[in-house]
Amino acid sequence: MRTSTTARAGQYAALLAYLAFLAFPFLWLVSTAFKSPRELGSPHPAWIPRHPTLDNFRQAFDAQPLLHAALNSLLAAAGAAVVAVVIATPLAYVMARRRTALTRAATGWVVVSQAFPLVLVIIPLFLVLKNLRLIDSLAGLTLVYVVWALPFALWMLAGYVRAVPAEVEEAAAVDGAGRARTLFSVVAPLLAPGIVATGLFAFVTAWNEFFFALVLLKTPEKQTLPVVLTHFIGAEGVADLGPLAAAAFLATLPSLVVFAVVQRRITGGMLTGAVKD
Amino acid sequence: MTLVTATKRSAQRTPRAAGGPDRPLRDRGAWFLVLPALIPILALSVGPLLYGILLAFTDSQSGRTQPTRWIGGLNFRDLLHDTLFWESFRIGLVWAVGVTVPQFLLALGLALLLGQDLRLRWLARALAIIPWAMPEVVVGIMWRLVYNPDTGVLTETLHDLGLGGGHDWLGGLGTALPAVIVVGVWAGMPQTTVALLAGLQNTPRELHEAAAVDGAGAWRRFRTVTWPALRPVALAITALNLIWNFNSFALVYVLTGGGPGGRTRLPMLFAYEEAFRYGQFGYAAAMGCVMVAVISVLLALFLVGRLRGGDDA
Repeated sequence: MRTSTTARAGQYAALLAYLAFLAFPFLWLVSTAFKSPRELGSPHPAWIPRHPTLDNFRQAFDAQPLLHAALNSLLAAAGAAVVAVVIATPLAYVMARRRTALTRAATGWVVVSQAFPLVLVIIPLFLVLKNLRLIDSLAGLTLVYVVWALPFALWMLAGYVRAVPAEVEEAAAVDGAGRARTLFSVVAPLLAPGIVATGLFAFVTAWNEFFFALVLLKTPEKQTLPVVLTHFIGAEGVADLGPLAAAAFLATLPSLVVFAVVQRRITGGMLTGAVKD
Repeated sequence: MTLVTATKRSAQRTPRAAGGPDRPLRDRGAWFLVLPALIPILALSVGPLLYGILLAFTDSQSGRTQPTRWIGGLNFRDLLHDTLFWESFRIGLVWAVGVTVPQFLLALGLALLLGQDLRLRWLARALAIIPWAMPEVVVGIMWRLVYNPDTGVLTETLHDLGLGGGHDWLGGLGTALPAVIVVGVWAGMPQTTVALLAGLQNTPRELHEAAAVDGAGAWRRFRTVTWPALRPVALAITALNLIWNFNSFALVYVLTGGGPGGRTRLPMLFAYEEAFRYGQFGYAAAMGCVMVAVISVLLALFLVGRLRGGDDA
């Protein structure tokens, strides 16, 4: 299709505007993270730090237990991702392969769970976890993250299962493979890339999560990274900008890396998940 | 009802599918597949939801020694007269619509651009990941740096352009809500763009080319070819965005904490404070119920209206 030169120019101008809008806050964060306190105090801040320094990073680690918080986040997120994928894959398989009242109820839950405000869930959850003595504990938070990751995991995984032709399983059955063997040695390997992608996505969601962590964890040593990051902002909203930016930048890196790896696959999965049989 | 139809359906299917991988759920193996996920869902999602709705009809409070009592609709009656809550509710609606609409338009523009054969497309795709992957807390912190009245890039840029000096964007009564809405738009654009890009793949390319050959302009082609194919996805993502935005919490919590003077206190922040600062569990649960109810009604109206509008067009 031919497009006139003016139209092309307009398209490029629009694209550049989008690029600027998407990128500039992040670039500003990175720039702030490497600036010296003196430069941060200057009334005319520059985009590129004149004297780049790593001081902010050192100060950030001194001010808050960042490493410990990162470890807490890692434990909760990795635990939740692994458990969620392990329990979601079989259910997703059943949801994709059969239509019963149960699988339809599960699909309904996936949709409805998106619509409920977290307040309505967090208060009873808080009370239930308190009775189980799982309040203020990473195990309790991990459990919450598992359930919280399930709707999306089920949606994605059911899509991946649908992409595996049923004939593959029939062929295995004809060859005399039992039900369990078919699942574990025929279907599971085909699903592996999808399972990994779903798990990584669940990891990022849990790593980034804030609300549940804020409510459920009170002891500072148990808090996760997003909660600890908010401690950099004082009660009056005043913050030491350099260390704040440095810590925020570091906390984002794992999410960015993991996301860059799985993004394409997740986008594809959302599509196949949306295709009804 | 659903159970009956379901049994009927599976009864019809059984003979055809017997022996194949489509066997009914009755066999024991299937239960082993379903239960590991089903138990946590019931215990930690469905159960708490129902429990939460029940709590709305009690005087439940945190850390109280007396037993919790049923108080019927008292919470809801109090809520009806709680002007602070309704003000927060109004702000929530302004925020949800104010974020969702520009988000949709900007995402649509970006998706259409990415569908074109342009250079730098890869860069846009890569950059779009950033807002999506970032923790909401970091998004909030980052924009605080941008908006910072003394050393923020926004103030500085406006100053350079000769558009006035420093302004406390997040602290000003008039600017706080718009400033927060811009952040909401930024943060949610990638998901919407990706969904719309997926929808665009449904548009029939040949039809597009045929329309171009017939001399239809870009706008006409969009209206008659692209939009009809895109509509279902556009409706779904807009509805979801409305719900998500109305229920959002972390972003505004970090940006303003609901201030100044409650100008950005979204309903979720209000309910959070009620529950975990003042310990009013029952009352906060009632707020949650009202939020769900009102949003469901608005959403139903929106979807019905849109679907009708489609018949006329």
